[in-house]
Amino acid sequence: MNGPRRLPVVKFQDIKPELRQLQRRAFLRTALSLGGLALLTGCDLSTNSGVDAALKSILRFDDKVQAALFSRRCLAQTYPPSAVTRPFRFNAFYPEWQVRGVPEGWRLEVAGSVSEKTPWTIAALRNLPQVEQITRHICIEGWSQIGRWSGVPLRAFLQRIGADLRAPFVSFRCFDGYSTSIDMASALHPQTILALDFDGQPLAAEWGAPVRLRIPTKLGFKSAKNLQAIEVTRIFPGGFWENQGYDWFSGL
Amino acid sequence: MPLHHQPTRSAAHPVMIRVLHWVWVYAIGCMVFSGWQIYNASPSLPFSFPRWTGLGRWLGGALAWHFSAMWLLALSGIAYLAYGFTSGHFRRDFGIPTPRAVSRDLWSALTFRLGHRLGHYNAVQRLLYLGVIGALLAQVATGVAIWKPVQLGALLSLFGGYPSARNIHLTIMFLIVAFTIVHVVLVAIFPRTLVSMIVGTPAEPKDRT
Repeated sequence: MNGPRRLPVVKFQDIKPELRQLQRRAFLRTALSLGGLALLTGCDLSTNSGVDAALKSILRFDDKVQAALFSRRCLAQTYPPSAVTRPFRFNAFYPEWQVRGVPEGWRLEVAGSVSEKTPWTIAALRNLPQVEQITRHICIEGWSQIGRWSGVPLRAFLQRIGADLRAPFVSFRCFDGYSTSIDMASALHPQTILALDFDGQPLAAEWGAPVRLRIPTKLGFKSAKNLQAIEVTRIFPGGFWENQGYDWFSGL
Repeated sequence: MPLHHQPTRSAAHPVMIRVLHWVWVYAIGCMVFSGWQIYNASPSLPFSFPRWTGLGRWLGGALAWHFSAMWLLALSGIAYLAYGFTSGHFRRDFGIPTPRAVSRDLWSALTFRLGHRLGHYNAVQRLLYLGVIGALLAQVATGVAIWKPVQLGALLSLFGGYPSARNIHLTIMFLIVAFTIVHVVLVAIFPRTLVSMIVGTPAEPKDRT
């Protein structure tokens, strides 16, 4: 008969040198981390530390500065068709193979401070005036590419649904789980559109079918794809990335 | 009653310069290391900065640092320029050196014969400090251009558009880091300059006999 299996016993004394070495190495890494200029390496907006709170309040101040710098008359540079980037880079918070198709019976919902809340079909959106733009899409990561989009100016759409244009926020909810929001001044900018076409074709799933926001006066993550609902609101809506620490205004 | 009529020599670095110097160490440090973390999100050249050098741990955190420290850098920069022009610091210490003075001082520096007088700048120092001030101004300009490429489109076009301005911003960062390395090496060779940047060490006479 076998007795109970004995586990090898490790005494503290046996591994003391190794532990000390590990400890020293960890300390060295902290000390070396040049980001730790004042032992602040841990500060990345994910904690409730005083430094993170300070960073967040400076970001809110930056948002005010950005809103003040924003001019509705200032247009994003447009490019000739020859400048369009091909192939166009896919980007989302998930890999390309997880792109979702348009749900059965999809309608664009409108909510909040609007007088006309009937959901919109694609055909109805195509009956509204359309504009085209060839503009630079600038990602918060630093890369950029030039694309060609066309669709309904958001301003015309908001007027059509009787939106309260004095409400400060327009929020976008997507059927892939994404969300974002923009300020009303940027929503009314002439180059802010609900895009239905990309590069002369109806939006494919990976480019945000059936309708996406295209806003060349803001960083790329504000141009939400696969829209499900638009809400005009007075309550700060935040968004997928904004809630994790990207600055909310993110104007260009 | 004994009278103390000892002539007092002014500090090698006025207190304003000493304070601004250490504010810059912090502000430029924050800008560079958060900048490396931002660059790593989408490297435009075939290399990345080591992860442990980054400030902010992820892109969002790094951007928060970058867009916070930029105010400290800008405000201290404005304070420095205002001080430099009104106090005579620029006129007195940073007259643009003649090429002859530069080549003479550079030669003596390379042959280890260039003396160092606290509170006085030789031609090579003048050239380096003027250069880094110019680099910092250009870095703020390119940074603002890629922060607001639409609202400040005219400034952006000065740097040849968005991708180009981003690369210039990266290049100037390398120049500023290169200056910093040379600067720190020279301080290591003349440690009393470090002391004079902390406490008010009196300036040395220009020509020692």
